[in-house]
Amino acid sequence: MDLVHLQRQLVDYRTSLYHEGFLDEQFTQLQSLQDENNPDFVVEVVSLFFEDSERLLNELSKALEQQIIDFKRMDAQVHQLKGSSSSIGAHRVQKLCIVFRNYCEAQNVEGCLKCLQQVKHEYGIIKTKLESMFQLEQQILNAGGSIPV
Amino acid sequence: MLVHWILEEHRFEEERYGGDKRSISILDGIYDIWQEVPRRKKNVVVPSKRVEIDAEYDTVIYWKQRAMHLEKMLEASMQREQLLKEKLQESIKNLEKQSSPVEELSQILKRADNFLHFVLQTAPVVFGHQDKELRYRFIYNHFPSLQEEDILGKTDVEIFTGSGVKESQDFKKEVMDKGLPAKREITFETELFGSKTFLIYVEPVFSKAGETIGINYMGMDITDQVRKRERMIKIREEIAVQKAKETELNRTIHITEETMRAKQMLATMSHEIRSPLSGVVSMAEILATTKLDREQRQLLNVMLSSGDLVLQLINDILDLSKVESEVVKHVLQTAAASLQKILTLEGNVADDVPIEVIGDVLRIRQILTNLISNAIKFTHEGKVGVKLYVVPEPPFAKEGSQHGSDGSTANQTTTNVPKEETCTSTSQTSSDQRGFHGKKHEGSCQNRSQCEPGTPVMNGKIDVTEEQAELPETTVWIRCDVYDTGIGIPENALPTLFKKYMQVSADHARKYGGTGLGLAICKQLVELMGGRLTVSSRVHCGSTFTFILPYKVSLSCDHSDDSDDPNDLSDMDDHGDSDDDATNGFFQFQPLTLGSLFSSNGSSRTQKLLAHNIGHVNSHKINGFSENYCSFPTSNGQAKEMDLVEDACSVAEALEISSEPECSFSHSPDHDSESAICRGRRHHNDVNAENKVSTIDVSPTCSGTSREVDVKVKISEPQLPAERQGRSDSGSQSTLNISQEVSNSISKPKILLVEDNKINVLVTQSMMKQLGHTIDVVNNGVQAVRAVQCRSYDLVLMDVCMPVMDGLQATRLIRSFEETGNWDAAAKAGIERPSPSSDSLQPDCTPPKHIPIIAMTANALSESAEECFANGMDSFVSKPVTFQKLKECLEQYLP
Repeated sequence: MDLVHLQRQLVDYRTSLYHEGFLDEQFTQLQSLQDENNPDFVVEVVSLFFEDSERLLNELSKALEQQIIDFKRMDAQVHQLKGSSSSIGAHRVQKLCIVFRNYCEAQNVEGCLKCLQQVKHEYGIIKTKLESMFQLEQQILNAGGSIPV
Repeated sequence: MLVHWILEEHRFEEERYGGDKRSISILDGIYDIWQEVPRRKKNVVVPSKRVEIDAEYDTVIYWKQRAMHLEKMLEASMQREQLLKEKLQESIKNLEKQSSPVEELSQILKRADNFLHFVLQTAPVVFGHQDKELRYRFIYNHFPSLQEEDILGKTDVEIFTGSGVKESQDFKKEVMDKGLPAKREITFETELFGSKTFLIYVEPVFSKAGETIGINYMGMDITDQVRKRERMIKIREEIAVQKAKETELNRTIHITEETMRAKQMLATMSHEIRSPLSGVVSMAEILATTKLDREQRQLLNVMLSSGDLVLQLINDILDLSKVESEVVKHVLQTAAASLQKILTLEGNVADDVPIEVIGDVLRIRQILTNLISNAIKFTHEGKVGVKLYVVPEPPFAKEGSQHGSDGSTANQTTTNVPKEETCTSTSQTSSDQRGFHGKKHEGSCQNRSQCEPGTPVMNGKIDVTEEQAELPETTVWIRCDVYDTGIGIPENALPTLFKKYMQVSADHARKYGGTGLGLAICKQLVELMGGRLTVSSRVHCGSTFTFILPYKVSLSCDHSDDSDDPNDLSDMDDHGDSDDDATNGFFQFQPLTLGSLFSSNGSSRTQKLLAHNIGHVNSHKINGFSENYCSFPTSNGQAKEMDLVEDACSVAEALEISSEPECSFSHSPDHDSESAICRGRRHHNDVNAENKVSTIDVSPTCSGTSREVDVKVKISEPQLPAERQGRSDSGSQSTLNISQEVSNSISKPKILLVEDNKINVLVTQSMMKQLGHTIDVVNNGVQAVRAVQCRSYDLVLMDVCMPVMDGLQATRLIRSFEETGNWDAAAKAGIERPSPSSDSLQPDCTPPKHIPIIAMTANALSESAEECFANGMDSFVSKPVTFQKLKECLEQYLP
């Protein structure tokens, strides 16, 4: 009973993430790449994404604190972030990155600062959400169940 | 103006003196520049004489003396009075003459004014004083376009407008705020005085109390100086660029010289090797003319064919080393290009063309290769062909033939073979023929596969028509037409066609590449050999290049060998049949699929065709040609070749099928044996010695012994490993590994992913894995170019936006390599080419093929599809990549 409940919870949670635009189909693609040979693929990729994103966000914050802001470098970093977020399907982060890049191109410090805040915010949300989703999955696995597709 | 100045001074004087001790402009009085008026000296005379009386006091004498004395004093006093009176009078007079102080002062001022005007009358300066509100209080401007009353009391911005005005006013304000003098260059662009640059010096002016009360400023027109300075900067930049160019040029020259030296060395070395080797081969040939038993002859045949092969290889190197950059490379790359078109290649040899002639093999091959590759290059559909026929001695040849035949003999190394005993001619290549004649004794299948079946008949013909009529050597003129159905040459371009570095147009050069040297060299070579190279062409219909060359015909062919051998007789019969066909001397290549023609065919068939086609001399020629071709399909179609290992039988069948239409000339009876041998050989090479026996079993008509097969293996071996090494990453697999590695990579095309984003790499890699592909991954354009340099890929997935070098540039560099056959563009971009050791023999012999490059774009503006296409990419996949997209892409680009 408990397991079924958990599974339902997971499905609902996941659906809500799609509905609210946190995730897109690319995440489904990611999930379909996970199989017996590669049971932790999604977690691995997403962890890598977390690691990478945090590094990039830190670098971006630092860059914006500088006296002379290297917009070109920032643009490249945002491009990276955009690439990785689109690769894992972190939809909102990706969309924000597009706006962010425009500000970088326009060398708009205020816009960049605002965007960085937003990206950080969105990133925090998606991170928490994905982590709790993984937790839920882990619980199901621990309880001997399988992850519903 | 001056009055104003004075007033000003007075006004400032009134202000109280502050305690300011800074060394700056403080208005605390008139600067006493002028010398003071000299003061007059007072010349006052003071007489002071004491009265001295010697007489006793109060005596008569005393009083008398005293009276006299006083009288004198009175007299002197009166005189003095008179003098003073006069002096007074004089003084009064003088005083009257003296001018008034006001007058004096105004004179001084006038002089000062004159001086200032004199000094400043042509100076391009403006100076002035402005008060706290930056209103002009004083201005000096020698070339005023405004009256003083238009200026005084106004600020800059109130007076005139234009660029620079605001800047200068701001600058003045800044100086006033900071309280420190400063200089600045300001360029004005105003209606008032046009475009001028001023060096402006502004200093603050303080009151005695230390308050800032305004500024002094001085501006000097330095427009000319600024212009000169800018010109100087520009010139310096140009000089720097020029210098950089020179350095670059020097480096290129240096590299070229190095290359030339290396080539020269290679040529010398090849020559050194060739001389003793030809000694060995000649001796073996002589040996072949002696009485030998079957076994000995067999051994000798192996010796001869091996020796000949080595000789041939060295000759090729020699050839390469002599004309490398201009022609060979040219040929290779165009040969590769030809494989990407559907073209029919055909050859037509007239009956009367002797099967063996003597000429400068290398040069003739070079010419032919050049013309054919040219034809292929400029032909997009239709056919390219070669036609050979004998012509009467042309009028231009009277002295030319002499020359040509002399030149051709230089190449002969085995002429001392007794003529009546061998059927072969005297050129080096003849050993080929002899080898095969020898083999005829043993097994017919071997013969056919290696040599042109029609040969004996043709020989016979010569015997009849020419040989017996005249004695040993005669000259025959053969005309060779290389025709195509290509784009043709406009009439006005014909005169310059054979000139160096000339192409029909710059547009052609860009589109088709090439140096424009090929035809010039061809013409030169043909003429050096005593021939003529001509062309006729019609735009859009095609061109025909014709060269007529004199050859020597060796007539001492005896067929005793052939007639001795019953096997050979049967051979003859076979050929006889074929000879009766209408296809006599005609053959055709018709690529069915681009890969199958060459990969299934290998070199043996082309060799054979050529041997037939142009006889001895030309067999060499086209050997070279076919080798060029060969290296392409093997590198390209590695998978195909490898298939043989996996499923030798089925492929062998496929070979039989596919080989049929390629060569309309081939004789059906030969077919089985040929393909069987082909199969056997390939199988043998790939799997190595273990299967030797079985391969022999496979070939149904092969009556030869296992040694026969050995021969084959030996022949083909020197080629294969070299190619393989060139291709493989490490180039150092053991031969046994090859078959294994090979079977792994067969079904798996080599795919390169160029992507800097780790996550994208992970995802793409994983998707490809699920699609059954393992891929190589590099992280930027530079690495991508390196990867392509080291290994040939079947597909490249290329991110566009990357650090170090983006995907567009990397693609351009790879395409440039494919077009030109060299990595010069990459080297220019700073990518040194790694030099694999195995490459040294034939560095450019593998004609580059077109690698499909798929852009992976993030749909950003900077990564538009047009740009991808413009940079030579084949297609693009938008990011994020999905299964579906990848799959479609693979299906499209990996057949």
